[in-house]
Amino acid sequence: MTQLPHSTARKLGLVIDLDTCVGCHACVISCKGWNTENYGAPLSDTDAYGANPSGTFLNRVHSYEVQPENGAAQLVHFPKSCLHCDNAPCVTVCPTGASYKRAEDGIVLVNESDCIGCGLCAWACPYGAREMDAVEKVMKKCTLCVDRIYNENLPEEDREPACVRTCPAGARHFGDLGDPDSDVSQLVAERGGIDLMPEQGTAPVNKYLPPRPRDRLDEVDVLAPYLDPVATEPQGFLGWLDRALDALPGGKG
Amino acid sequence: MHPAPSIILFTTLSGLGFGLLAFLGLGMPGPTGWAAFAFFTIAFALAGGGLIASAFHLGHPERALKAFTQWRSSWLSREAWTSAATLAVMGLYALGRIFFAADWQMLGGLGAALAVLAVCSTAMIYGSLRAVPRWHMWLTPVHFLTLSAAGGALLAGQVGLATPLLALAAAVQLGLWMQGDRAFKRSGTSLASATGLRGGMVRAFEPPHTGTNYLLREMVHVVGRKHATRLRAIALILGYGLPILLLLLPFNHWLGLLAVLTHVLGIFASRWLFFAQAEHVVGLYYGKR
Repeated sequence: MTQLPHSTARKLGLVIDLDTCVGCHACVISCKGWNTENYGAPLSDTDAYGANPSGTFLNRVHSYEVQPENGAAQLVHFPKSCLHCDNAPCVTVCPTGASYKRAEDGIVLVNESDCIGCGLCAWACPYGAREMDAVEKVMKKCTLCVDRIYNENLPEEDREPACVRTCPAGARHFGDLGDPDSDVSQLVAERGGIDLMPEQGTAPVNKYLPPRPRDRLDEVDVLAPYLDPVATEPQGFLGWLDRALDALPGGKG
Repeated sequence: MHPAPSIILFTTLSGLGFGLLAFLGLGMPGPTGWAAFAFFTIAFALAGGGLIASAFHLGHPERALKAFTQWRSSWLSREAWTSAATLAVMGLYALGRIFFAADWQMLGGLGAALAVLAVCSTAMIYGSLRAVPRWHMWLTPVHFLTLSAAGGALLAGQVGLATPLLALAAAVQLGLWMQGDRAFKRSGTSLASATGLRGGMVRAFEPPHTGTNYLLREMVHVVGRKHATRLRAIALILGYGLPILLLLLPFNHWLGLLAVLTHVLGIFASRWLFFAQAEHVVGLYYGKR
């Protein structure tokens, strides 16, 4: 059923720390690895070793440059996957009921055997979280590793999404964002976590923690003033060369 | 958005077909026998043919029947219902016209109303997408409806109605373009809101991958946008201007046919632009539009 549940018992989701992410793409690789070998159709690659490689990914890492008015630019690595929105537009547009949001934990999933591959859900998602697999012709999206988080065959520490488990920087956190006392909710409250594209009205569950303000490098060292170059005009041979070159046509002199 | 030929064919032809069916259902004209057969064949070929063309863009057309299940929330499902219902009701009505020279007015009226709903549902598939600001406007369904009315009147040979309807559709088309050009900015979605990054100018520094991907192929279609102004002129002249001119001349069946043909060509250009010019907000993440 592609009508959205009125409310979900829990709101499982990710909290992504943009301050900590180092842009290593390990989450992209572990996601592709797990989701190719497990739940649903594998994530295909086409022309993988050719001139025009392309593939299906459920998680991709963008990089952005933030240039403040004064000072150095900052590079922010920005992992993006399904945000498991409360008001998911991808779910309601689905004509077959293949796309659905689970009432028990809020995970948005695709029932691949019902998917006709019309692509409308990918059009409806403002975040680009859904990709049609070029080989299987069904819509693929982040499942929040639904086949890991409840999997009692796995050791307890592995019962979290592959991307979270693998992140070497600890930039990804998984938990119940519907419970204000959960670790992830506390983290969001403490760090001022934000929604992506709030004006789109999707009410995303996943939250992003903004980068902390950087230290300013105004005063590098108390000794710095003593290290200023003493001579501002070139002396000796260089000085002569400078003057001689300036005297040539087109020079300053 | 990627202007898939099957979708352009479908939306253009089925729009015309449903327009014609609506006029036939209202008894404008009210042919019987072979003349009715000809009219209904054209209408069903356009509306039904368009539906078949649309199935070509599905990844799994063999599961297409499942698209009838989610009419409560999905405009695509509603489109499946309304178009199938229109074809069924108008099929019965056509039997009466062709074989019994009968005008079952209730049935015809119902068919005409269903045809209007079918066109409306098609338009709302696009109009309901907030992620594509150029489409997310009330003018989108008005555009599809006026266009179907004008094209339907033209095909139905309702010369007196077709001229003002074409003029009205042209005005709505212009309004759609003008509003559409401002829509992305007005939506308030920007790279800053997409990333939530503050404290300076945000610029896409590096994409997540060196090649292309489904999202870029499907949502960030830039080829041909540079011809937008010329294509708009072509759409206006062929789709609306020339047909109006031809209808104003003393009526002749060949001129009528010519008016229909130029109208269809012009609407193909307009519909191609409808998709090619529609910018999806996901392009922001890639530093593209």
